[in-house]
Amino acid sequence: MSEALLRVENLTKSFPVKEPLFGRLRGSPKRVVRALTGVSLEVRRGETLGIVGESGCGKSTLARCLVRLHEAEGGTIEYDGADVRALRGGALRAYNRRVQMVFQDPYSSLNPRMTVSQTLAEALTVHRVCPPREVKAKIQELLELVGLPPSAAQRLPHEFSGGQRQRIGIARALSVEPECLVADELVSALDVSVQAQVVNLLLELQEKLHLTVLFVAHDLRLVHHISHRVAVMYLGNVVEVADTDTIFARPQHPYTQALLAAAPDLDPAKKSVVAAVRGELPSPLKVPSGCPFHTRCPHAFDRCTREKPGLLPHVPGHLTACHLYDAAERHRLAKGEALQT
Amino acid sequence: MSDPVLSVRNLSTTFATPRGALQAVDDVSFDVLPGEVLGIVGESGSGKSVTLRSIMGLLRPPTRLEGEVRWLGENLLRASRERMYKVAGGEISIIFQEPMTALNPVLTVGEQILESLYEHERMSKKQAKARAEELLALVGIPSPRERLGDYAHQFSGGMRQRAMIAIALASNPKLLLADEPTTALDVTIQDQILKLLLRLKDQLGMSVVIVTHDLGVVAQTCDQVAVMYAGRIVETAPVSQLLRSPRHAYTLGLLRSLPGGGVRRQPLLPILGAPPNLSDLPPGCAFAPRCPYVSDACRVRVPPLVEVAPEQRSACVHHDLLPRPGVAA
Amino acid sequence: MATSSLSPKRDARRSLLRVSPKPTLLLGLLLLAVFLAAALFPAQLAPYEPAEFDYTAIMQPPSAAHPFGTDNFGRDVLSRVIWGTRIDLQIALFTTLFPFIFGTLVGALTGYYGRWLDAIFGRIVDVVVVFPFLVLVIAIVAVLGPGLLNMYIAVSSVGWIYYARLVRGEVMVQKKAEYAQAARVMGYSPARVIFRHLLPNAVTPAIVYLMTDMSLGILLGASLGYLGLGAQPPTAEWGVMIADGKNFMVTAPWVTTFPGLALTAAGLTFSLIGDGLADLLRPRA
Ligand SMILES: Nc1ncnc2c1ncn2[C@@H]1O[C@H](COP(=O)(O)OP(=O)(O)OP(=O)(O)O)[C@@H](O)[C@H]1O
Ligand SMILES: Nc1ncnc2c1ncn2[C@@H]1O[C@H](COP(=O)(O)OP(=O)(O)OP(=O)(O)O)[C@@H](O)[C@H]1O
Ligand code: SF4
Ligand SMILES: [Mg+2]
Ligand SMILES: [Mg+2]
Repeated sequence: MSEALLRVENLTKSFPVKEPLFGRLRGSPKRVVRALTGVSLEVRRGETLGIVGESGCGKSTLARCLVRLHEAEGGTIEYDGADVRALRGGALRAYNRRVQMVFQDPYSSLNPRMTVSQTLAEALTVHRVCPPREVKAKIQELLELVGLPPSAAQRLPHEFSGGQRQRIGIARALSVEPECLVADELVSALDVSVQAQVVNLLLELQEKLHLTVLFVAHDLRLVHHISHRVAVMYLGNVVEVADTDTIFARPQHPYTQALLAAAPDLDPAKKSVVAAVRGELPSPLKVPSGCPFHTRCPHAFDRCTREKPGLLPHVPGHLTACHLYDAAERHRLAKGEALQT
Repeated sequence: MSDPVLSVRNLSTTFATPRGALQAVDDVSFDVLPGEVLGIVGESGSGKSVTLRSIMGLLRPPTRLEGEVRWLGENLLRASRERMYKVAGGEISIIFQEPMTALNPVLTVGEQILESLYEHERMSKKQAKARAEELLALVGIPSPRERLGDYAHQFSGGMRQRAMIAIALASNPKLLLADEPTTALDVTIQDQILKLLLRLKDQLGMSVVIVTHDLGVVAQTCDQVAVMYAGRIVETAPVSQLLRSPRHAYTLGLLRSLPGGGVRRQPLLPILGAPPNLSDLPPGCAFAPRCPYVSDACRVRVPPLVEVAPEQRSACVHHDLLPRPGVAA
Repeated sequence: MATSSLSPKRDARRSLLRVSPKPTLLLGLLLLAVFLAAALFPAQLAPYEPAEFDYTAIMQPPSAAHPFGTDNFGRDVLSRVIWGTRIDLQIALFTTLFPFIFGTLVGALTGYYGRWLDAIFGRIVDVVVVFPFLVLVIAIVAVLGPGLLNMYIAVSSVGWIYYARLVRGEVMVQKKAEYAQAARVMGYSPARVIFRHLLPNAVTPAIVYLMTDMSLGILLGASLGYLGLGAQPPTAEWGVMIADGKNFMVTAPWVTTFPGLALTAAGLTFSLIGDGLADLLRPRA
């Protein structure tokens, strides 16, 4: 479980902002949304890495860069030793066979004009997963794998419920026998009572097929349940990575602490009256200098506004991008020099 | 115990659709006490929003409303238009899920607050301005005087929801209805808004009804909970009692299906099947086709909502078969 | 922990029958059948030769022998309307088919690839839309010389732009849908993504427009015929017939009325079909 299958380093990606014509005419400078500002990450073979963070922090952008739906601007993506960003043509197709994606929206993620069997058969034939005469049998096998009845094959997407559609999406991704599955908000569009069904399916398939899973979600409870390790993102950065238990029990980064505190607990006894964190998410058009969290951080000190903290193992196996854990700062703080708020 | 401010009795709401009548709310009854926060939870399409809209008188014929909506003793379903106009948006205010669409994009936030102020109270322009500023400050918008001149699009999602709350508070409501007030927001912002609502409730002595599908939000904000399924209320109880010891198989199933209870990476305990189609409900209990406790008795007639424990009412035939405490803490 | 839940569609039951076609579509198809019959078998249907002069029966009002009357050369108007169907349906087809195919192709490619391809296309559109369609077509015909073939060339060289714009916009929308992104992640070739996945979902508005365009095409053909730039007399073409009869509008209104009615009916036919198709082709969400 310790070998890194996917290694992302310093990945950056920004999107140009569509300026209103007026602004363009006035010649105001071109602005960009900085969706990823240097993301570093490792996914180990066979694990589930949960990626959490608030809306707009770049989770989907990261996921899409990994499967090459977006082209990253800087940094490296290394998969099983190969440079993913350099892949072209056939090599890229082969990579996509190994790294598949499951999408969020059960309504738009399936071609509305293709039956389930057409959708699956296409994947099987294009990639020559099996000889043509075995395609039919293989489709039935896939349907069974994701818990759909054999009769599902001949139906169009609109005839299924949201949960069933997500199963079809999973079957499509699995049809090419991938090693790694990128699941972007796999269940967030589903009814609460149906989410558990799909989560169970994912857990079961991972076990059976030895999949590596990148589980992108904003539901902390869910990520806690399903991930081996968790990466927390904030404004295009990974700010903390650790074992799930560690991160939930002993979060280091002030943002992670705030996020966990803000998530409404199911136990009414844990009710509190003060908000976990003040302030609003800064716009990705104006990512703060230094530590991206310093505008909201209760512990921020002058260094935080100037210098961006690196994602470092201040405790073995627990990466945090926060100056508070820097040895020198700790020393200073211990002496009570820089304490504020 | 004091008298409820709002008392809904046997409310049924039926839409006329091209495919025939669709009963979105079916025989719903509940009370809201002064100073209380009531949560209405349920999955998508269970009728939560329609219930609120019915209370606010936002539904017009051919939509059919039956039953009673008693506001301080007065049945709003029979109230005149003028009276309704004073109550809805005055004594009762509502905020919606999507603050961007609920705010008018071509009016400044200040103008919208002023509009609401003039609507309900006679005051001079100067007074109104001062009051608007006060309201923005109350909902925690920094430098309120400057922000009054801003448009909705200049506000972030959280600030828009704060502005919505400010507009809703302009009429000094005694009851605030909040339809998924935080669903569109981030967790940290949701946390801020919920805490704000609770603070305002105490400060202004309002009652609040929060509609949500998030049991965590319910746990952290509500005093009482009503669980809806397929247009009916299936269980009501004080929040801790409901979460600890649900007496309806659906509530139990919902709580059990949430991650966090069992061992990590072990299978969750899902509710099988999918929520029913409102235009094609099974006879008897609507949850019967998905229920592990189902028996023939469940399918005979719609089980009534009855008191099954002190302060707890359930519409589950087999409420006494459900395990206690029910949900692993 | 927002466990959000949008409203999944509950109606998972099979619908054996897709939407049943609207009565208006059936009416449109019926009319089309009538026109097709006239176009394919004019010789069998028309009581007289279309170009047969009969100086004994000049400008006769409608009668049993000549249900639509006769024109200034004594030609039977009914027969000419029937023979004209062939030409006018041909015009409908040839003024739209190439624009539809070529425009759809260009639209799909520019919509999918964007960037410089799109930029070039954008400039062409900018230039073309400045001129009214008819003016542009007339200008081209004026250069090439009158006649049906040149008219087809003129219309086609401008008409594809409208299809391309339509399809381009739709492809750009569909491209963002997750099923299209899924197709890319599945490692499918761009050609497959475009033609197997995007186009079937993006072409519907173009097909509907094609129907409208066919009726416009007939009107255009008739207009050009009327102006002497399209079909040439003595060809039995509705526009030409109207042009021929315009001088007797008051004394012999039937000479212009019946081709005019045929023109209107043909236009209506395609509109009805287009409208009905739009319903049928809409995918079910
Ligand atoms: N195609 C695009 N064009 C322009 N901006 C984009 C595009 N995709 C994403 N962005 C911007 O990049 C930032 C990161 O977006 P991303 O979708 O990755 O966030 P996310 O973490 O997935 O959020 P969510 O939880 O809402 O899905 C956002 O500010 C978003 O507006
Ligand atoms: N104006 C309307 N006409 C017809 N049917 C309607 C109308 N408004 C709502 N419905 C139907 O009433 C049912 C209940 O809808 P409602 O909006 O109350 O659900 P909800 O519990 O608020 O769900 P959500 O969590 O998705 O907001 C749904 O099936 C919906 O389709
Ligand atoms: S680096 Fe500074 S601002 Fe950032 S999280 Fe740590 S203490 Fe807070
Ligand atoms: Mg996302
Ligand atoms: Mg609702």
